[in-house]
Amino acid sequence: MSRASARFDTKKVNSELVTLTYGALVAQMVKDLDSTEDVNKQLERIGYNMGIRIVEDYLAKTGTGRCLDLKDTADKIQSAFRMYLGVQPNVVNWSPGGDEFSFLLDSNPLTDLVELPEDLKNLKYCNIICGVIRGALEMVQLDVQCWIIQDILKGDANTEIRVKFIRKLEDAIPAGEE
Amino acid sequence: MSMSDDLFEFLHSEVINYSIQRNEIKKKESKDDDLSNIEFIGFSTGFKVIERLTKEMPRFKDELDTMKFICTDFWSAIYKKQIDNLRTNHQGVYVLQDNAFRFLIKISNGKQYLEYAPRYVAFTCGVIRGGLANLGINCLVTAEVQNMPSCKFHIQVQRM
Repeated sequence: MSRASARFDTKKVNSELVTLTYGALVAQMVKDLDSTEDVNKQLERIGYNMGIRIVEDYLAKTGTGRCLDLKDTADKIQSAFRMYLGVQPNVVNWSPGGDEFSFLLDSNPLTDLVELPEDLKNLKYCNIICGVIRGALEMVQLDVQCWIIQDILKGDANTEIRVKFIRKLEDAIPAGEE
Repeated sequence: MSMSDDLFEFLHSEVINYSIQRNEIKKKESKDDDLSNIEFIGFSTGFKVIERLTKEMPRFKDELDTMKFICTDFWSAIYKKQIDNLRTNHQGVYVLQDNAFRFLIKISNGKQYLEYAPRYVAFTCGVIRGGLANLGINCLVTAEVQNMPSCKFHIQVQRM
């Protein structure tokens, strides 16, 4: 009968699984930690830990080489968004100096099924994405700052993530060598 | 378009990292890890996921029917394969065996790192318990790992 053939759309299930697991994690953090500020920091840190591992997966799957410039970096992060989150953000709002840009997401799968209660208005629910970007770029020797400017959860029309290039990290000299 | 499968694995290992670190802060003086937080995060996830999966489905005939659903459709939706073996004593104890468990398969093939195995199965124990709880079955779920990546989940149904 119908049950035997009731196969699920596994892609959709997987997305919901990630969204719900992340939601449960955030809820646990809100319970564990005293201030929302601490939760934001922890989320960023968790993202950072994920980023330094995701970048290896990304490089292995795409076979991509070093970034030529920041525009190239932005394009590659854009394709990483597509690979991992299944969304294609627009790269917009380049600063005149060319060292700052934004990703504009018109939908954010992490926040599906999510509503923020009044008392958590300071919570940066998607801070994990900022952490992932920072962690991943650090592994390819780019030091960046990353923060959220607009957030769909807070009533904005889009989610906007700002990235600012700080400096290029140099190869460290192995210990004991000049 | 949808999220990548690997993302779930990355997130899963960070859930574990976070919970283990919290325990260290709380300075639990016991030798074993306190995995209740991980289990609870799994529970909330399982509770919500099953609701969304089964909303268009006919009611299950009985407990065994529900377990079969967990072993086949539910397991393949989350863990990309079916449970390899389901056994029961028909008195409320079920044993689900997965010979290539998704969260262990990349860790080891044998007994290396066996002491860390409980961390990687706690989330799933919660998912099973949460899923069954939402289907009206209260139970205890424990896991047993003797040889990675194989894993057995013991489900003990609590009867009122």
